[in-house]
Amino acid sequence: MSENIKFVQGNEACAEAALYAGLDFYAGYPITPSSEITETLAYRLPQSGGKFIQMEDEIASLCAIIGASLTGCKVMTATSGPGFSLMQEALGYAIMAEIPCVIVNVQRGGPSTGLPTHGSQGDVNQARWGTHGDHAIIALTASNHQDLFAITVEAFNLAEIYRTPVILLLDEVVAHVRERLVVPEPGEIPLVERLKTTVKQDVDYHPYLPREDGRLPMSDFGGVHRFNVTGLFHDMWGFPSSEPGVVHGLLRHLVDKLENREHQLARYKEYYIEDAEQLLLSYGSAARSAHHIVENRRLRGERLGLLELQTLWPFPKDIVREKCAHVKSVVVVEQNMGQIMQAVKLAVDQPDKVFLANRIDGVFIAPADIRNILRLIQGKGV
Amino acid sequence: MAIKDYLRERFFPHLWCPGCGHGTVLNGLLQAIEKLGLSRNEIVMVSGIGCSSRITGYVDFHTLHTIHGRALAFATGVKMARPELNLIVPMGDGDALAIGGNHFIHAARRNIDITAIVMNNRIYGMTGGQYSPLSGENIRATTAPYLTIDPSFNVVELAKAAGATFVARTTTYHIQQMTDIIRQAILHEGFSVVEILSQCPTYFGRKNKAGDAVDMIQYFKKNTTAMGSKAKKENPDLLERGIFVQKEMPEYCSEYDKVVQKALKGR
Repeated sequence: MSENIKFVQGNEACAEAALYAGLDFYAGYPITPSSEITETLAYRLPQSGGKFIQMEDEIASLCAIIGASLTGCKVMTATSGPGFSLMQEALGYAIMAEIPCVIVNVQRGGPSTGLPTHGSQGDVNQARWGTHGDHAIIALTASNHQDLFAITVEAFNLAEIYRTPVILLLDEVVAHVRERLVVPEPGEIPLVERLKTTVKQDVDYHPYLPREDGRLPMSDFGGVHRFNVTGLFHDMWGFPSSEPGVVHGLLRHLVDKLENREHQLARYKEYYIEDAEQLLLSYGSAARSAHHIVENRRLRGERLGLLELQTLWPFPKDIVREKCAHVKSVVVVEQNMGQIMQAVKLAVDQPDKVFLANRIDGVFIAPADIRNILRLIQGKGV
Repeated sequence: MAIKDYLRERFFPHLWCPGCGHGTVLNGLLQAIEKLGLSRNEIVMVSGIGCSSRITGYVDFHTLHTIHGRALAFATGVKMARPELNLIVPMGDGDALAIGGNHFIHAARRNIDITAIVMNNRIYGMTGGQYSPLSGENIRATTAPYLTIDPSFNVVELAKAAGATFVARTTTYHIQQMTDIIRQAILHEGFSVVEILSQCPTYFGRKNKAGDAVDMIQYFKKNTTAMGSKAKKENPDLLERGIFVQKEMPEYCSEYDKVVQKALKGR
């Protein structure tokens, strides 16, 4: 199937995967290093009968896709740090109103305008806590184009299953590296379509009354059920309410529907963990260097393993605790000041055996950077 | 269909103060929709945040109560995805032209078929009486204890300059004109802006000694005139009412259909 093999940037792989997942509507605003996603979809989306619009800013982009999602469309927007900061209010809206949508943040160095053309993983905690108020969120990532393709499709699927925004937390390195991508055949990766209500016309429909399995069947705007959607706390009809029971029930629902499904939502890859004495824990582009050094050390008989996370939030704490239980030390490899390391320390039984191998200077973390940290932990000089 | 069938009566009473003009706007809007004979399933009403924006809760359409200032951006997504639906976006003056000013001018520039209604009471009511970009100078507000120094936007001129293809102004005194203008605005294929001067006796009225609701409505009667009237020539200070712009220009969703056709043909 040679026609399915491409040599592309990560951003293009992401755009192709969105189309594979059934993307109908995309709104975006130019920003480095995510612009190729927007550019690719401006060209490709109308070819499949979908719609593309370049909005006046990132706030408007997220608002527009939320509007389109309510008509039954699969929707996405992509941005980078400054744009992601602007999107935080609308992100909270999508959480509160339970709107399926995918938001790509191709991370660059921050804060502020920061390092527009350099890689970083500094927005991990922003993805978790950027919007105000208690809430839960799904954030996914990937380290290579094949995984990025699959995880992008996964993002669309999870958005539909849980009626929630899903954040795809890429970084400049994966986004701009060109490498081989084998586009899966149609049907090779299962797609989740929107769960529609079976309530008949003129029968009272409750857009915010979960079924027994927790899912909320939707009705499209323009369909036979008319209902209200709001960012205020609301009852099962979507009408604003400040009744304490309603407020408590909705907030618990919004948090529990994701936080209680840590295992179902956890996506990760593991290498040589069974007999590992030392474990690297990494994600995104940093995991490329981590993987390299693990393969390298195994050749020399060193018992080093790698846990590569693809689901960052909800943090897969049980899985991390289990995988870290029998190793002497855990080195978290990331390109920030230890954002996931903090989550790992909270998850494991012995937080003082968790170390950090990082770079925060815009230079891609190399296997040598990780090797130096490993040597220090082992009591060797660098 | 009777007007009351357009209402979600179970969500009444509404939260607007006694004497507020927004109920009159709701009345005029529903009269216009009734005259057009639109079915409830064909209408999507999108609003932002503020007293005016609560209007979406009370009408039995597809309703989207969003975040402050961004209603037009949400509406743009709904309209692009489902161009056959009628999009009506009621906004307050601060919602539409302070925090939402950017979306306002860009929706106008695109000429996307959305009916924007600016319910202009020259004050932030929901937060308790702060001045807005439509308050104008020498107005007392909780954030202008020494009177405002900010000049006001002229909504009609701003909408015209930004490219809106239907631009009108009326008031809560002129309910028949309001109904007729909203009806024409909904029919118009393109971005339409209807500014409706509305009274806030609770905050604007009390702060500025403008009297009660009746006095404030009387003010609209006395200080406005039909567009191009003799009265305007004699007294240039009068504010004109009527339809200032009504022209046919390519509509955004129709133009995007052409983009899809090009893309399908491979350019």
